[in-house]
Amino acid sequence: MATDILMPALSPTMEEGKLAKWLKKVGDPVKSGDVLAEIETDKATMEVEAIDEGVLAKILVEEGTEGVAVNTPIAVIAEEGEDVEAAAAAGGKGAPKANGQDQDGQGAPTPDMQAEGQAKAPAPAAKTGEDAPRAPAAPAKISNTAQAPVMDEFPADTPMTTMTVREALRDAMAEEMRRDGDVFVMGEEVAEYQGAYKVTQGLLQEFGARRVVDTPITEHGFAGVGVGAALAGLKPIVEFMTFNFAMQAIDQIINSAAKTLYMSGGQLGCPIVFRGPNGAAARVAAQHSHDYAAWYSNVPGLKVIAPYTASDAKGLLKAAIRDPNPVIFLENEILYGQSFPVPQLDDFVLPIGKARVHRPGTDVTIVSFAIGMTYALKAAQALAEQGIEAEVIDLRTLRPMDTDTVVESVKKTGRCVTVEEGFPQSGVGAEIVARLMVDAFDYLDAPVLRITGKDVPMPYAANLEKLALPTVAEVVEAARSVCYK
Amino acid sequence: MDAAKEAAQPTPASPEAEAAHKPAPNMPQFTRDEDLHAYHEMLLIRRFEEKAGQLYGMGLIGGFCHLYIGQEAVVVGMQMAAEEGDQVITGYRDHGHMLACGMDPKGVMAELTGRRGGYSRGKGGSMHMFSREKQFFGGHGIVGAQVSLGTGLGFADAYRKNGKVSLTYMGDGAANQGQVYESFNMAALWKLPVVYVIENNRYAMGTSVARASAQTDFSKRGLSFGIPGESVDGMDVRTVREAAGRAIEHARSGQGPFILEMQTYRYRGHSMSDPAKYRTKDEVSKMRDEHDPIEMVRKRLLELHGVPEAEIKATDAKVREIVNASAEFATNDPEPDPSELWTDILLEARA
Repeated sequence: MATDILMPALSPTMEEGKLAKWLKKVGDPVKSGDVLAEIETDKATMEVEAIDEGVLAKILVEEGTEGVAVNTPIAVIAEEGEDVEAAAAAGGKGAPKANGQDQDGQGAPTPDMQAEGQAKAPAPAAKTGEDAPRAPAAPAKISNTAQAPVMDEFPADTPMTTMTVREALRDAMAEEMRRDGDVFVMGEEVAEYQGAYKVTQGLLQEFGARRVVDTPITEHGFAGVGVGAALAGLKPIVEFMTFNFAMQAIDQIINSAAKTLYMSGGQLGCPIVFRGPNGAAARVAAQHSHDYAAWYSNVPGLKVIAPYTASDAKGLLKAAIRDPNPVIFLENEILYGQSFPVPQLDDFVLPIGKARVHRPGTDVTIVSFAIGMTYALKAAQALAEQGIEAEVIDLRTLRPMDTDTVVESVKKTGRCVTVEEGFPQSGVGAEIVARLMVDAFDYLDAPVLRITGKDVPMPYAANLEKLALPTVAEVVEAARSVCYK
Repeated sequence: MDAAKEAAQPTPASPEAEAAHKPAPNMPQFTRDEDLHAYHEMLLIRRFEEKAGQLYGMGLIGGFCHLYIGQEAVVVGMQMAAEEGDQVITGYRDHGHMLACGMDPKGVMAELTGRRGGYSRGKGGSMHMFSREKQFFGGHGIVGAQVSLGTGLGFADAYRKNGKVSLTYMGDGAANQGQVYESFNMAALWKLPVVYVIENNRYAMGTSVARASAQTDFSKRGLSFGIPGESVDGMDVRTVREAAGRAIEHARSGQGPFILEMQTYRYRGHSMSDPAKYRTKDEVSKMRDEHDPIEMVRKRLLELHGVPEAEIKATDAKVREIVNASAEFATNDPEPDPSELWTDILLEARA
């Protein structure tokens, strides 16, 4: 019986990859452990090993093909003694469909095919497979080109280049390290491994081991070392492999980094950036999925940034590195691979503490940040089809929070829905609600509603995980509800 | 014996005194000036702390107040071996370190009373004072946290190749915190110029070393990382300076961290509210009577160096005057302006 070889996933969040090279050709005998092919994503190259024995009967995806969706059949192996021709003919049919749709349309947002101003349409094969549990979170590929000039953050005629959030973060660090010899990066696997998520790719080669420092697995210790170096006047960028691991280090972040300036009567600043992926990725369960946005945003003495687009990631990380205060820079693993237009400017720095109107609208304000924006934007699109124009605000910075932009929008719409993946109690949404009660009470025509992650530790099972996260449908429903529709 | 060492030998005032102060083999000796300096520095800490205790009793100092009385020889001996620009960082029993670093007693005392002239403008208190000028980096209230921070100071020295050393203090209690060993590992791995000074005053609050530590020889706490260590008589300022000189040289020369266990003793309670039920009065008075770091120097000054008693009394009076002036200042300095509540939370970003 013929066996299909499927495109493997290199990580929980991988959706597609490039079939870089076939190392076996049709007719070659194959045994378990043989390397069949090499595949690449934007962060890694891996070998595909055979687990079955037989003969390579047919290659279904030629080498050099990009955007091959996970689980797509890429080759057929005939069992020993089996007719290779027949096997080749039979193969490639039993595999999961590569182009399945998110059946209920209610799950995490799927790639947005109607994105405006999008630099590069995703290959059809890159669409979410139906058995990819959390419709790999999705990255609404909605660009910010249309709105950005409105914000006046760069000239409207600035040439744009498309890059992933990962590349934008890398470039931000590289540019700041070129600019200032006191800036260095430390963390687990940031140097020789090139970053656990490849965010620090190439930095070791350019800046050397003095400035790109691999640490032991010792979060509490290296966070303290970073803070100490910052108190001495250096400008460390401390990468946590995930902010979940920063819980080991949170004492140094809060008690040492955030409070020393105040406790020293203004003498001792702490110019440090703590950065890394925050919140849920996909199928990594409760200890690797926590969204700490609300935690850090609670603490005076910190600045907290949580960008959505690559352009914001770049401009705000550069600002964070230059800032003389401790900055928590919350990234998102799922967003790392998403592409956005980024202005081609020599020195693109954005102001910390300014929200951005990502999508103008008149009927309801949807406030979100980071990956929450994917739900907000998908919902806005769905609402538009129903005749409701939502204004979507990307907070970008959570502390200091730009209340004014939200209030101005609510004065116009009279209605507001907040969206975040974090827990409901004492969450970022709760804070926005409280501020609107004080600053926009007379303008509200309906109670402000919050869409959040569910009040449970993140489950592992695909269906439960999906239930634990917010959905586009929930956002749509909430927005309709505050519009009394 | 070379000329320099010969010159450093004290001139005995009498044969009896020489016998009484006959050094143990290899016991380091101080010159007259060095002993005078150590005496002044230690006495300043002692009198300052006594005054702080008094002000606490009067309700002028609030919250926590951890006195350094009994341990003076440690920080004074360390500072006698340090160079200008070497950084100092410690935990919460920190007044002595500040004074030994040359911080103004008025500013320290005014911080204790929560006044605007305090080093942290009244926002830090006893456990949180800093001086960039004197390279004193606090003053930290989370037990053990200063060890990672001090390692970071050493990291910055190594990064800048500035030849400076981080003197990172902790107590015997802090030495059991996990991040201490995370720090030891990195310091040894990267050969950071850090001298870890473990002030073993025998009690972590009320828990004796024997009840808290599987390895009670703190000089061995870095063994598994290959960090050399020494146990030092921390009541004798001469042995402290001698060991500090070796440790600091080791760190400064690029050989990595060094651990000094300073065997010392605090006379007072852990904090002002300590009933001291965990040790006997006899234990305390035995230390005071037989091992007092200041009394030892005083005796040497009188009997070995032949310093006239009047000169010592003049020093006593001078120290008392400094301390009284600090208390006077700290009592009369106004509280911080209410607007200070909202300052120093964030620094302005420079364009």
